[in-house]
Amino acid sequence: MNIIVCIKQVPATNDVKINKDTNTLVRDEAQSVINPFDTYAVEEGVRLKEATGGKVTVISMGIPKVADILKECIAVGADEGILLSDRAFAGADTLATSAALAAGINKIGQYDIIICGKQAIDGDTGQVGPGLAERLGIPHITCIRKIEEIKEGYIRAQRMTDFGYEVIECSLPAVITVVKEINEPRLPSIKGMMKAKKAVIPVWTADDIGADKDKIGLRGSPTKVIKTFTPEININTEIIDGTPEEQAHKLVEKLLQLQIKVPV
Amino acid sequence: MAIRIIEENCTGCAVCVRACPFSAIKMENDKAVILDNCTLCGSCADACKFDAIDFQAERGTGMGDLSSYRDVWVFAEQKDGVIDSAAFELLGVGRHLADQLGQDLAAILIGNKVRPLAQQLIAYGADKVYWLDHADLERFNDELYADNLSHLIERYRPNIVLLAATVYGRSLGPRVAARIGTGLTADCTGLEIEADTRNLMQTRPAFGGNLMATIICPDHRPQMATVRPRVMKPLEPDSERSGRILRQQAQLKQDLKTRVLQVVEEAGEIVNLLEADIIVSGGRGLGDPKNFALIEELAQTLGGAVGASRAAVDAGWIPYSHQVGQTGKTVGPKVYFACGISGAVQHLAGMSSSDIIVAINKDPDAPIFKVATYGIVGDVLEILPLITKEFKKALGK
Amino acid sequence: MDYFLTEEQQMIKELAARIADEKVAPVARELDEKEEFPYEIMKILAESDLFGVYIPEEYGGLGGGITEQCLVIEELSRACSGVAVSYAASGLGCTPILLFGTEEQKQKYVPDIAAGKKLAAFALTEANAGSDASGIQTMAVKDGDYYILNGTKQWITNGGEADVYVVLAVTNRSKGNRGFSAFIVEKDTPGLSFGKKEKKLGIRASATREVIFTDCRIPKENILAKEGMGFIVAMKNFDRTRPGIGAQAVGIAQGALDYAASYAHQRYQFGQPISSFQAIQHMLADMATQTEAARALVYATARMIDAGAKDFSKESSMAKVFASDVAMKVTTDAVQILGGYGYMRDYPVEKMMRDAKITQIYEGTNQIQRNIIALELIKQYAGKK
Repeated sequence: MNIIVCIKQVPATNDVKINKDTNTLVRDEAQSVINPFDTYAVEEGVRLKEATGGKVTVISMGIPKVADILKECIAVGADEGILLSDRAFAGADTLATSAALAAGINKIGQYDIIICGKQAIDGDTGQVGPGLAERLGIPHITCIRKIEEIKEGYIRAQRMTDFGYEVIECSLPAVITVVKEINEPRLPSIKGMMKAKKAVIPVWTADDIGADKDKIGLRGSPTKVIKTFTPEININTEIIDGTPEEQAHKLVEKLLQLQIKVPV
Repeated sequence: MAIRIIEENCTGCAVCVRACPFSAIKMENDKAVILDNCTLCGSCADACKFDAIDFQAERGTGMGDLSSYRDVWVFAEQKDGVIDSAAFELLGVGRHLADQLGQDLAAILIGNKVRPLAQQLIAYGADKVYWLDHADLERFNDELYADNLSHLIERYRPNIVLLAATVYGRSLGPRVAARIGTGLTADCTGLEIEADTRNLMQTRPAFGGNLMATIICPDHRPQMATVRPRVMKPLEPDSERSGRILRQQAQLKQDLKTRVLQVVEEAGEIVNLLEADIIVSGGRGLGDPKNFALIEELAQTLGGAVGASRAAVDAGWIPYSHQVGQTGKTVGPKVYFACGISGAVQHLAGMSSSDIIVAINKDPDAPIFKVATYGIVGDVLEILPLITKEFKKALGK
Repeated sequence: MDYFLTEEQQMIKELAARIADEKVAPVARELDEKEEFPYEIMKILAESDLFGVYIPEEYGGLGGGITEQCLVIEELSRACSGVAVSYAASGLGCTPILLFGTEEQKQKYVPDIAAGKKLAAFALTEANAGSDASGIQTMAVKDGDYYILNGTKQWITNGGEADVYVVLAVTNRSKGNRGFSAFIVEKDTPGLSFGKKEKKLGIRASATREVIFTDCRIPKENILAKEGMGFIVAMKNFDRTRPGIGAQAVGIAQGALDYAASYAHQRYQFGQPISSFQAIQHMLADMATQTEAARALVYATARMIDAGAKDFSKESSMAKVFASDVAMKVTTDAVQILGGYGYMRDYPVEKMMRDAKITQIYEGTNQIQRNIIALELIKQYAGKK
């Protein structure tokens, strides 16, 4: 089975500090890591390969440094990595990102399933997976927590919903996005790390993948960020003091005065 | 390259370095240098006082004349013939936007035998309901729903399309936006019409809620957004309101690629958390997973649900389904107890719209106290049982 | 201190450190309390190829040596010495096969051990045979194509968990030290059984059991080297594995030092962090110096062996004895720095102190190690006379 996994590079922590004067992120020495949700996608890809045979190709769009993160995927079992990197991709929103990834994946050609993480922790949009599927003209299933069955041209999986889950079957090729319940990603192996060290990550430009320049990067992005600011929080907090007993008593008294209906 | 430093103008003041949200500028020999990870956002050019940054946003051409796009649409998610409460919230904010634009508010209702629901949508503010009914549409199906919503958009050319940022909305929205070729902003918490341009200003949290970003979609229509549930307020329903119910021909196909075989509702916490009026949440400050029993006892006493911070979930103390926050559930109960939760922005993003917030934490400087209505500085393990006891006494339990 | 590790050694050390920090440290206390064998962690170590670091590539290993093995043991010991010894004991069982096994024996047993699919163990100690191996009672009697083993081994690390055992037994009592032989025994051999799991002071995650032979028939091709070589097999094995005990001790000491130093920085008394008091500073300075000295000796010995040295009993004993004494001292001082907190099970240093003690005892007590060192010295200077 030919498996493609899409990953994104994100700041190592999203507990970023905000400069209150300029309303911008303070990201000194900000380290970059693979988006945590994508580690489940990589692991699921590798598990599928181990179960059914085939090959796992990991693809990402980003700056040249992302090659290191693609290598980390090889260390945990992926077979190869491909990086889409070109100034023409810069400034992409989710629509333009899915266009670039779709063009890259079309160049790879053969695939049975494409796996993405549920969302990235920096943007939290979760839009690239479904957008990518649409661009490729194949179906998608989001938020998969378990693959029940997979075989040539067919997948049946459990999708998390807001109220539980549903079992969906779908023809392949398809795009799936996975949630963290699906597996526990492995650590790298020494042999994998050595393979990763030697691996060469091909870098494809917009021309290499024949991307339509009007559909990628800033030019292909309908949305535009016009302002960023720190969320305002201003509430007059009433601190209740006293002994623990007094604190508990005062609090309960105040809450009861609000006459909130307590179900019996 | 669409951005470059004009070296003779650059004074090395480094204002641009501070202005860059992506750490994509550094100073080298007292001159600014743009790095590879520049996303062409233009923040630096706006900040530079010396015209030392030549930035030409080479934007796409867009869709041309946008004046024919009219009306605000709301995708009214329903399940088993019951409209999701988030749809009413969308109608609430949609009504406000439509009035500002002087356009109609329409609801899109897709399902099987859902005609009776149309009246409800009107009561909550819709002027029109586009109603599609067919047995094949009974349940949400990405493929069929995307076909039908896209078809309606192409036919009627709405100005704005809003979906709830539910699992379904977040799956359907990007698929439809990609098909139409328009922008989609995820998980918005604020929507306004910009006075001059009449563009939709879509505000959403980024970086785990640490930063808010306002986003527009100036040259494409419709302007699409998914909206975080339990943030917008629905209108008071008015059963006297009148509106038009317009039945539409459903787009169907025989060879569906995806099919829902089974729907399983996992009762208990998940639903509970979203609908509970009272939520008692625990964090790492509980010190030990077994202390969640204290949380459960208070929740049970008050008929509330149990929540948790990401730290507690990551530590494996309680399942993910209980997680409240940016990467968990967004909740908005009447009362929210944060017990031993420090209040990382990521957590606040999921609960700060609660009516009353009670924070119990031993660290008086914990950020949770900044959003709390009532704060108790102390040992949560000592105070929590006392609160439970007081409630039991007062409620005669 | 920079030991100029090769790129591959650095990789091994970093991965072992990551496993120690991410997978072992969070469960160390629980494993200790419940005295639970760390199956999950053994699986992670296996998937990470770490069981094969010291095994030649032709048997599925990574082709490293004792240095690589020591790096893994040290890093794991920082987080939990009980886990580290479960890993290391498999090496103690595999090394005799690598040293003395026939090509067939190596092909049959080593690749699975390298892959971590099978754990190994080494069974020498008995109730009456510890420091004095000549007290071994377990008998191996030849019977056609088989040896029949009878007897009971005691305190065998990985006993009951390992799949492959290298066992020392008497084949000819009259020949003294030349009357022992070593055998490879597979776990499912009829007549092989295990006693109850021992309750220990420290390294409680590791499994220590009796290994019992009751008319246990072993095919004669399972003998290692040849009859009478058992004592040599054991001594050569220990010579190569003692630096591993040293590495274990260094890891324990490092873990205790790390914890004590950061605690001293956070703990306020008399209005200032206790790390500002010279009494504490000097303790920390000594702990750090001793730990580094122990590490330097362990690494130097491991490298000497890996470089092909012929005779290294003395150095190997020095590394073990010095590092284990350091571990005992450093962990005791760490408990002291934490004061009352250090004595409580809520803090990890009391466990480290309990864990450290065994490194002075097993694989030859430190008294026996000093005997070995002294004997070598006497030989050396007697020859110079």
